[in-house]
Amino acid sequence: MDRPSAKRHETSEGQDGALIRFANVSKRFSLEGGEMTAVSDVSLDVRGGEIITLVGPSGCGKSTLLNMTAGLFQPSEGTVFYEGKILSGLNHQVGYMTQSDHLLPWRTVFGNIVAPLEIRRMGKAAARERVESLLETVGLQGFGGSYPNQISGGMRKRTALARLLAYDPQTLLMDEPFGALDALLRLRLQVELRVLARRLQKTVLFVTHDLEEAVALGDRCAVFSARPGRIISIVTIPLPEDRDLMQLRYNSDFTRTCADLWSLLSSELARSGT
Amino acid sequence: MKIAALRLLVLVLLLGIWEFASGRLVSAFFISKPSSIGAKFWSILIDGTLLRNMGITASEAVTGFIVGGLAGAIVGLALGRSVTLAKVFDPFITAFYSMPKVALAPLFILWFGVDFQMRVLFTAVIVFFLVFLNTYTGVRNVSRELMTVFRLMGARESHLARMVVVPSAITWVFAGLRLSVPYALIGAIVAEIMAGNSGLGYLVEHAAAQFDTSGVFAALLGVMILALALNLAVKLLERVLMPWRDASEQREVTV
Repeated sequence: MDRPSAKRHETSEGQDGALIRFANVSKRFSLEGGEMTAVSDVSLDVRGGEIITLVGPSGCGKSTLLNMTAGLFQPSEGTVFYEGKILSGLNHQVGYMTQSDHLLPWRTVFGNIVAPLEIRRMGKAAARERVESLLETVGLQGFGGSYPNQISGGMRKRTALARLLAYDPQTLLMDEPFGALDALLRLRLQVELRVLARRLQKTVLFVTHDLEEAVALGDRCAVFSARPGRIISIVTIPLPEDRDLMQLRYNSDFTRTCADLWSLLSSELARSGT
Repeated sequence: MKIAALRLLVLVLLLGIWEFASGRLVSAFFISKPSSIGAKFWSILIDGTLLRNMGITASEAVTGFIVGGLAGAIVGLALGRSVTLAKVFDPFITAFYSMPKVALAPLFILWFGVDFQMRVLFTAVIVFFLVFLNTYTGVRNVSRELMTVFRLMGARESHLARMVVVPSAITWVFAGLRLSVPYALIGAIVAEIMAGNSGLGYLVEHAAAQFDTSGVFAALLGVMILALALNLAVKLLERVLMPWRDASEQREVTV
């Protein structure tokens, strides 16, 4: 799938510029003894090539939106459009990455990254070449032959990221992927993710509960209410495309935006009493 | 090195106490003594009795182990993958599993006689249940999230089976196999004791029938050696088939 390398706002395939569109989407789950509304009346347009971060109290249905984008389940009300079409069934245009890296312990780093290429029946030589270049992209040269339990948590994340990039999904769904990592490693992976997503023109939906991460990574940030999750605000992050994540700490726009998000969220937390 | 020396010391001490107690504190008729057990072991070793019978027991245990293990793994995979089948068979499996398999021996003798075939089948049944249950639980526990991640990559059922389910089941099959080693031996030896004219179990039984305590202990020593050898064999096989396991042992342990 060759996408034109035009500017990011023109890469979307939807009729009106939205690659992913949530139109008045609600999702209810039936539980024992009643129903639970995970998200309620969410409308959000995600442009192709955009990085959107989703923040909100835990259990507010952020992950539910990702699952619907992946086509794992249908909304109870409203519609999810992908490339202008109503989404039904699994969405093979997306790649999913969660807090757990989901590597196959019985395969080496190389074997893990090559798995999606095997599924696509890519030729051995071509696949090998692609994996080698991906190993370089994520900074894992020389570790192709290691098993996941031989490498550190950060390297496992990189492996998972390389596997995600291997099959070149248009959209990356990331559910707190860096949650369990230490601060420095996290920062490095955030830098890499932003650079890679930009270079490869990926659209990213990134769920996090970390406000600073949400501001640092996102082009826009959707702030959710407590359950049932609604979007209370969509904040455009006033930081440049080529922001230097390493220096954000001292950037006044960054700290101000974090403070804004915090005031939005804290009133929400106070309201929900959690 | 120090540990090895201490172990040797414990062994020597135990044997010494045994040797001393025999005939002085307890009648040698009941507990024999290490020196005569050693002599007896040596004599049945050179006249070939030990190795011949050990070979018979080993081939029963190994054949039963392979037959039972394969069947257990296959049935475990099948039931683990099919929710309906699993639900249907669940109570039957639990019922059979909770029954002590040794109690089946008389029935097996009735059905298959007292020769090699019966002992192999008896061992296989015992191994089957252990491997089956482990594989079954293992397949059930393959992370659904992991499967979803692969489905999104475009994986079909055949891919999932080859890349995810079977390799993860291997881990569990081996857990079952390792558990089964002593039980496979139990199966073979119980069968020999009850209905044998050869094998280590027969050797034990035959010596006991002649009140030859040293012979019993010498045969038991043979059983112990065989058990250790089988354990080692499974471990080696595991290392070959699951190199990633080995890798985790090499990693430094951090807490």
